[in-house]
This record gives sequence, structure tokens and C-alpha cells, in this order.
Amino acid sequence: MAVETAEGVGALVEEKYRTCPETGLRVYAQAETLIKANAVVAIVFLAVGGFFGLLVALTRWPAVHILPAEWFYLVLTAHGAAVLLFWIIFFEIAILYFASAVLLNCRLATPRFAWLAFALMVLGALVATVAVLQGESSVMFTSYVPMKAAPHFYLGLILFAVGALIGCFVFFGTLVIAKEEATYEGSIPLVTFGALTAAIIAIFTIASGAIILIPTFLWSIGYISEIDSLTYKLVWWGMGHSSQQINVSAHVAVWYLIAALVLGAKPLSEKVSRTAFLLYILFLQLACAHHMLAEPGISAEWKVFNTSYAMYLAVLGSMIHGMSIPGAIESAQRRHGFNRGMFEWLRKAPWGNPAFAGMFLSLIMFGFLGGISGVVLGTEQINLLMHNTLYVPGHFHATVVAGTTLAFMAVTYLVVPLIFRKEIIWKGLAKWQPYLFGIGVAGTSLFMMGAGTLGVSRRHWDMGFTDAPVSFDYPGTAYLMMGLNGVFAVLATIGGLLYVLIVVGSVFFGKPRTAEAIAASPTIPAGAAKVAASYGSEEHPKLPGTLVLVTIFFVSFVLYYFINWKFLSEVWPLS
Amino acid sequence: MAVQSPENKLWWNEPIGRAEMAWITIAFLWGLIMFGAMIYWHIEGEQNLSNEAYRIKPEVFAAKAEDMVAKYTVRDEGDTGIPVVHPPPGSDVYLISRLWEWWPILELEKDQSYRLHLSSMDWQHGFSLQPTNINIQVHPNYDLVLTMTPNETGEFGIVCNEFCGVGHHTMLGKIYVVDK
Repeated sequence: MAVETAEGVGALVEEKYRTCPETGLRVYAQAETLIKANAVVAIVFLAVGGFFGLLVALTRWPAVHILPAEWFYLVLTAHGAAVLLFWIIFFEIAILYFASAVLLNCRLATPRFAWLAFALMVLGALVATVAVLQGESSVMFTSYVPMKAAPHFYLGLILFAVGALIGCFVFFGTLVIAKEEATYEGSIPLVTFGALTAAIIAIFTIASGAIILIPTFLWSIGYISEIDSLTYKLVWWGMGHSSQQINVSAHVAVWYLIAALVLGAKPLSEKVSRTAFLLYILFLQLACAHHMLAEPGISAEWKVFNTSYAMYLAVLGSMIHGMSIPGAIESAQRRHGFNRGMFEWLRKAPWGNPAFAGMFLSLIMFGFLGGISGVVLGTEQINLLMHNTLYVPGHFHATVVAGTTLAFMAVTYLVVPLIFRKEIIWKGLAKWQPYLFGIGVAGTSLFMMGAGTLGVSRRHWDMGFTDAPVSFDYPGTAYLMMGLNGVFAVLATIGGLLYVLIVVGSVFFGKPRTAEAIAASPTIPAGAAKVAASYGSEEHPKLPGTLVLVTIFFVSFVLYYFINWKFLSEVWPLS
Repeated sequence: MAVQSPENKLWWNEPIGRAEMAWITIAFLWGLIMFGAMIYWHIEGEQNLSNEAYRIKPEVFAAKAEDMVAKYTVRDEGDTGIPVVHPPPGSDVYLISRLWEWWPILELEKDQSYRLHLSSMDWQHGFSLQPTNINIQVHPNYDLVLTMTPNETGEFGIVCNEFCGVGHHTMLGKIYVVDK
């Protein structure tokens, strides 16, 4: 493969690049190495955090109850930090560099700063993890004051956030360079646009984090005497919930990316898809209200407006993507000739390709499990039924694990051949990986939501209250749910472990992608490339299958929503 | 492909397909309905979290609770030494949350309303009334006042569902609801 040198206009920067034999894109060496480094560290944290998650699920399985109480709370804190923060954000930084430098044919802005970002993130993640493992910082991911963690717990998180912030600015800088050096024509691609929304939300997120974590750090070392618990929560969730919105933007961008590369899918309408991303920036950050619905001292007006993202405009964004992505896939498949009946396009989709299978499962589970439960949970009054019960982790495992993590796993099956330029090992097992993980996570989400509906508390070591002065018994069904949650968590762990082994194995021991290998199994199928030869919005194709899918979704949504109002109407009157 | 720049540079002028437009309209209207539902429930619904809250020092709140306990204790709960308090209907009822107990145990009358005060002496706690399933966050330095009307008799557990340290899972309280 030819390695050439390009001279940056103006700055006289020399950068090495290669031309990707599969996509024709220029891939700059620095960008490529940084994508690899961030992705590898992400996967290390996924492995560690996933293991912690298994221990949590096994402890909450009443018949197994594997960890003692102190260890349970420690491991639960470590689980949240390792996967929700470190795995996802390292991977997102890799996505930002990919969506800017690679997709725009451009060199990465200030690679040295990108390395600084990487170093700070690694350092911060390690410091925070060590703080948790030392046992003095079992404060849960949310670290609500006045419960106090060791100072270096907060310091680690701050360092990590500063690193991520620098990473975002490297991404913005790359967009500027690409524009100045005219490495693309017209508007940035939709996937890059999605990544851009993620990065903008990230700035808001990290700013909120700084505003609350820096004073909390000073409080932990004694420079500030008191932090108001309600203010802490409000600002902390400006970070905590918004960071989940980064995930939504990023994984929706990944859905578009996979649909494009594997099937040649074009968005139904550029305008609609981009507007939907824009709605995320405008309204998602209001979602910190979701965490304040059961709090004292905040008015109902504030809660109603903010929890609904200003009348559900951000939910609208997700519902738009929820139609436009399957619609794009249906349309691409129909062009491939899968025109028979309502669903031939779906039946004959590449279900054996883990990139596609993971992406589609992620889409369905994010919408049906995560999306619907999120809206219900975020309804001001219905929240009283679910606040701090297992329903909450049930919901966000559907969004962040079945949605984001599975989407990121899926895209790895493209990143390994295209960026690491290695063959995927164990192709037979790789086919099954997204199903194992996806079904495992869907199970844990559903059973946690079920247990939460029955009132079982989250973050709780003993649902039998053995050591309490008085007694209370949850119904037997709740115990059954927790057992099933454990079983499905084991299934998800097998899927997750398989992912880590396949990816690490492929990266270090996989065969290189030679020209013959590429010809034999192209990452981007010839059909997809042909369909996408001219790019732009689809021209209003007929999409009967997608219409049926969104109708099923809508009916489920409406029914489940009103069932919960019915539940609420039966509890003790409150005012 | 979505990984390239759109060929039509004026993509924002392209018309939107009928099916997509219909879906956007439905989703938007559904959002308005859900938004309206929350407002409607404030007018017609019976389960709304109170807006009434005050700043309060833990010791002040504790004194009020102790005062109530001194006046209205009817018995102790078994051999636990925890007082069971039967306050008059309509009165102010104080429930202390602290590491790791809900204090005292309350005995309320069915279909009577009480002004329940919730506050924490130390860290945050979660008031989780089971099995009826009402869940409210409890903060230190804030006194949340809500009017609660038990509509069924029986024994109810108060689980703490906000993590509050290593004894969190032993923090369990109780409310009895009896016929008048």
C-alpha cells in the first residue's frame, strides 16, 4: 500500500497517509494510531467493567448472592465508572476522530494535543478506578453529597473530563482544517454531522461536570464547608444525563454508518435526519430534570417542561431516526431486489454479518425497551412509581448497553478490517456474538424493569432485609425476576467476553487484510457500493415494511404509557 | 452513502416524503398529548408530588419529630424499642431518616389525610413505600411536606432506596394503616 505525504495548506504540516483500498478514503497515520489507541483502551475498560457487572448481577440473584455487602457496593461503583464513563467515552473519542479525519479525508488537528487528551483520560480513569478499589469511595457512580469519596476519586474524574474535552476540540479543529483545505465538497457527511452533535453535547456535559466536580473535590479536601445536596444533584445530572445524550447521538451516527457501509443505505431525507440530530442539541440537556422528579423544593412547572424536553421535542428526534434508519435500510434492500411482500427486505438482510445484526438489534432494543421505558419513567407523576427502583437501571441498560454498547460492538466489526487492517478471527462465533450479548442485555433490562415495577430497590445488597429491625417481604415474583436477571446477565457476559476475545484476538493475531483477502470478503459489499454510487436523499420510496414496524412501535408505546397511568391512579393519593 | 457529503448541495430544499412527514406529525402530536397528560394529572389526578418544601436544620426537624413521638406514641414495636406513633388525622407527621433507620413507626388511619414531613439527618435517603410503590427522595436540610391519604389498611414497609453506605440494606421502616 502506497504511503504518501501531504502538505497541509498554510501550516506546512507533513503527515503520512495511506489510501484505503476498500473505501478510497485517505487515512492519515496519526489519526489511525489515535483511533486504535482509544479503541483498545475502551475495550480494556469494557472487559473490566463487564466483569464487575457480572458480579453485581450474581450478587443480586438471591440464590447466588456472591459478594459480601461492602464488596457489592464497591464493585457496583466500579462497574458504573468503568463502563458508563470509561468504555463509552474512550470509544466515542475514537468515533470522533474517525468521523472527522477519516470520513473527511483530512489530517487530524494537533495530534500532540490528541495524545495529551488520551494521556489525561487514561490517567484520570486509572486514578478514579484505584480510588474506588481502595474502598474509600464506594459512593456509586452518582456520588451524591453529603456522602464523601476520597479526594482522588473526584480528581480522577476531573482529569478524565479535561482529557475528553481536549479530544472534542481536536475533533472541532479537524472539521476546521477539512473545510479550509477543502478535503470535501458541500456539507459534511451525515455521520460526521451526527458526531458533531455528540461533540457539542459533550462540551455542555463536561462544563456541567466541571461546575460541580471541582467544588466537590475542594469540599472533599476541606476548602469548602458544604455543598447543597439538591444543587449538586441538579448540576451533576447536567453532566450525568447529558453524557447519555452524547451516547445517543454517537450511536445513532453509528447506525447510519453501518447501514451505509453494509447495505449502501441512504437517509430518506438529509434534511429530516439532520434536523433530528439538531433537536438533540437543542433539547436533550433538559433531561437532567428526569432525575429531579421525586425531589423536594423544585416546582412542578419546571419539572413538567424540562422532563418532557420541551414538549418531547428530543423524543421526536429519536422517533424520526427510528423510522428513517429502518426506512433507509428497506429502501436499499428493495433496490437490491428484495421486493417480495412486506418483509423480504428484512428477512434477507445480512443477519450473519455481526456489524449489521448488532446494529439492527441495537436499533430495535433501544427503541422498544430503552426509548419507551425512558419516556414513561421520565413522566413527572409516573416517576413516583419507579424512582430509584430497579426500573431505572433496567431502563438505562436498554439504552446504554443494548443501544450504545451493542452499536459500538457492531461497528468494531468494520473498524477491525478497515482501520486495524486485520481479518476477524473466529468468524463463525462472531456471527453469534451480537445475538448472545443482545438477548442477554434485553433479558436483564426487562427483568430489572419487572422487579422495579414490583418496587425492588436499586443499589441494594439484600432484598430480604435479613439484618433490618423490622421485616418486609417483596413478592415471590420479584425474586424470580432477580434470578432471571442473573441468568441473562450470564448470557450477556458470555456475549461480551466473546466480543473482547474476538476483537483482541483479531487485532493481535488476525491475518492482515491483503488484497486477496479484501477481494474474497470485502467489508463493504459490492452491492452496497453500487447502490450508493450516487449519494443523496432517497427519492420517496414505498416503505410498507417500515410503516408496519413503526406502527407496532407506536401502538406498544401508547398502550404501555397509559397502563402506567392506570398503575399510578391506584396508589395512595398524594398532593 | 451517509459517509459522504450529499451530492445535492442544496439538500435542505428537497421535499420530505409523505410517509416520513406523516410519521413526524404523529410523533409530534403524541408528544403534545404526553405533555398535556402531566398537566391534566395536576388538575384531575390524585397522585402529584407536593411543591411544598422548606429549608430546615436537622436538629430542628428532629426536635419536631421527638415532640410528636412524645405526644402520640401508642406502643413499642415488639422488642425493637422503636415507638409506634398514632398521630391524629390531619396533623403534621414527622418521619426522620438517618443512618440507618426510618423513625418512628407510624400508625395511620385509612382514608384520612396527613401532612407528612420528610427530611434526612445526614445523607440522602429514598422513601420507598412498599408494596404500594411510592418513591420519594429525601434530602438533608430540606423538609418536604406532602399530604398523603392511605387508601388501604395493612402493614407497609419503608425501604430506603437511595444508597446510603454500607448499612443501606438494613434501613427498613414501617407504616401501619388501620380502620378508624
